[in-house]
Amino acid sequence: MRLVIKGGRIIDPRNGLDTVGDLLVEDGVIAWCGQHLPDAMALEGDVVFDASGLIVAPGLIDMHVHLREPGFEYKETIESGGRAAAAGGFAAVVPMPNTDPATDNRATVEFVVRRARETSPVRVWPTVAATRGNENELMSEIAGAKEAGAVAVTDDAFPLQSAELTRRVMEYCATFDLPLLTHCEDRTLTRGGVMNEGLVSTLMGLKGMPRAAEEIHVARNIRLAELTGCRLHILHISTARSIELVREAKRRGVSVTCETCPQYFTLTDESALGYDTMVKCNPPVRTAEDVEAVRAGLADGTIDAIATDHAPHAAHEKECEFQAAAFGMVGLETALGLVMTRLVRAGVIGLSDAIRKMTVAPAGILGIPGGSLSVQSPADITVIDPEERWTVDPESFRSRSRNTPFAGWELRGRAVATIVGGQIVHGDLVRAPRGRVRA
Amino acid sequence: MSALNRNILALREMSPEEIQLILDQAQEMKEILSRPIKKVPTLRGKSVVTLFFENSTRTRMSFEMAAKTLSADVTGFSASTSSLAKGESLKDTILTLNAMKADAFVIRHSASGAAHFIARHTSARVINAGDGTHEHPTQGLLDMLTIRQHKGTLRGLTVAIVGDIAHSRVARSNVWGLTKMGARVRLVGPRTLLPADVERLPVEVYTDLRRGLSGCDVVNILRIQMERQDAGLFPSVREYAQTFGVDRSVLREARPDVLVMHPGPMNRGIEITPDVADGEFSVVTEQVTNGVAVRMALLYLLLGGSNDAAGH
Repeated sequence: MRLVIKGGRIIDPRNGLDTVGDLLVEDGVIAWCGQHLPDAMALEGDVVFDASGLIVAPGLIDMHVHLREPGFEYKETIESGGRAAAAGGFAAVVPMPNTDPATDNRATVEFVVRRARETSPVRVWPTVAATRGNENELMSEIAGAKEAGAVAVTDDAFPLQSAELTRRVMEYCATFDLPLLTHCEDRTLTRGGVMNEGLVSTLMGLKGMPRAAEEIHVARNIRLAELTGCRLHILHISTARSIELVREAKRRGVSVTCETCPQYFTLTDESALGYDTMVKCNPPVRTAEDVEAVRAGLADGTIDAIATDHAPHAAHEKECEFQAAAFGMVGLETALGLVMTRLVRAGVIGLSDAIRKMTVAPAGILGIPGGSLSVQSPADITVIDPEERWTVDPESFRSRSRNTPFAGWELRGRAVATIVGGQIVHGDLVRAPRGRVRA
Repeated sequence: MSALNRNILALREMSPEEIQLILDQAQEMKEILSRPIKKVPTLRGKSVVTLFFENSTRTRMSFEMAAKTLSADVTGFSASTSSLAKGESLKDTILTLNAMKADAFVIRHSASGAAHFIARHTSARVINAGDGTHEHPTQGLLDMLTIRQHKGTLRGLTVAIVGDIAHSRVARSNVWGLTKMGARVRLVGPRTLLPADVERLPVEVYTDLRRGLSGCDVVNILRIQMERQDAGLFPSVREYAQTFGVDRSVLREARPDVLVMHPGPMNRGIEITPDVADGEFSVVTEQVTNGVAVRMALLYLLLGGSNDAAGH
């Protein structure tokens, strides 16, 4: 099948493209992209989609999700998470290895790859746990995992505590040219903590997690990256000082990148007042000052990527005492709307920059294909209606879980269609608000 | 229609007028407790369930006596005898108990926010009898009632709260209640026992006991939990007693008519010396009596049918 997407605003940050134009998809790859598809190239039988008024972007990549398979299929599976991703405009996701068993060797990575091939509508790029069983003691068999398809090594959810172990993991990552994605948290400072430490935790009588716990590890890991030459990526950066540390390291030429998530540019710890467990996540949502710093870091490029840390949990894991509630929130089906509304529409960053941070930036950090509309690249495309107004309704989520603090939020901007390898995995182009298919 | 149409979860959420109403009502209730026959029919036919997920003999007894004096039926539920031991969630427990149609739940729980959580899942009135390190509103109210009885008013008084502020629900309820009623509050303790951003509370912070007590009208001394030493928050009980224990000598810094309070149970010789605990400034046993009066007032205001005071 040949698909022609006509008259949309094509934004491809990788190629510096922002123009109204046409896109031709043939045999699962982008065959042509530019201002006017030459008449000679149009064929009888092409499916033509009128994208006028819509944005045509490279398929979005979420470099930080939890798909919970294997082990926690009651929360999410590779299939349900993949459907949630497609619905949210993501053509590819990067699941974290805190599964059960941990995704920590060739066999477990192969399992994820196989399940993704069998069940997921979107691309799944697995990661491998930094330590065996996520136990923070022995390094995982990283080389074997890479051969099976792992694109990065990470300690997400089980932050590496020993500096010595972190150093060795980094040296080993450098050996096999894999980036290390680190969850920065000194657990001796956060033991028992359930939210950001500050006035609000004091008011609520909840044990806080000081910002310093994150910042100490950001500083430590940057120094160790310099020592080892490892490509370091800081996951879900959340504090003003952490961002300053990354900014300073980049200035010195250290190989460090970082991401943030929508909760860190939209929510503060005050949203926990009333003990709403939906806002409980790790790192915790911080203060207004930190939210400002995250926005500034996004604007000046210190923060390279926007991910979701999509962390599904069953209802009973959130409907309980705040201190007993699970950390995390789902994000795949709200991220694009929050970015469009709270960053682009709010004037924090431009549309092209927002798309860059959700496409070519994560692809570059991980060294994976995709993230651009270059001719001959896989036809992973996200079509966005920047004007669509919608209200977040967790009941409509494709994810198996509903744990979002954004229920009821009025957002503007949404994925109309998600295309993976030329296949439409989300969206009905005929019924799309502005689009129509002509035979 | 009850006089106070709300749950009692936190003094931070209450208005000065509501606190005033409760204290005035409690003063009237105290009169009933001095009668030879301590029983009025006011809450006959009302059922009160005490839900104690954390042990507290005295608070629980105080609520039970308050409810029984007003002729309410009281049923007790404690974690050790409950299905919680079988792994039932708090939500399921509450949905079950809610279906039994109690009029009020009195809740003690080790998790901050547990009373808020329960209030979202029941149609009964909820009174927080202490949730984690958040609030203990009835203790705050009984402390205020005790001070008011001695000083006539709360406005303009200086109240020092000494000890483990960080982990104290009593301290938090006192801060909000007292400041709403026009008192000045000082928090006194080592930095390790003061909560994050304490300077942003409407209080004065002291890390020196002598200065903290200087010119005070009231000293409220908190119980030191031995587990705080184990957690490394102070080096030894001995050093704590020497630096933050209230004795006669340091008490001379306060006003000559100072009131000494303690929510109990006291660690004599640690946070308070025995002579201060039993001395002429101590109102510790009055606090206990006032506790029953305050809890009667709350049950009456939340469940009672009219504004007519009980038994009149």
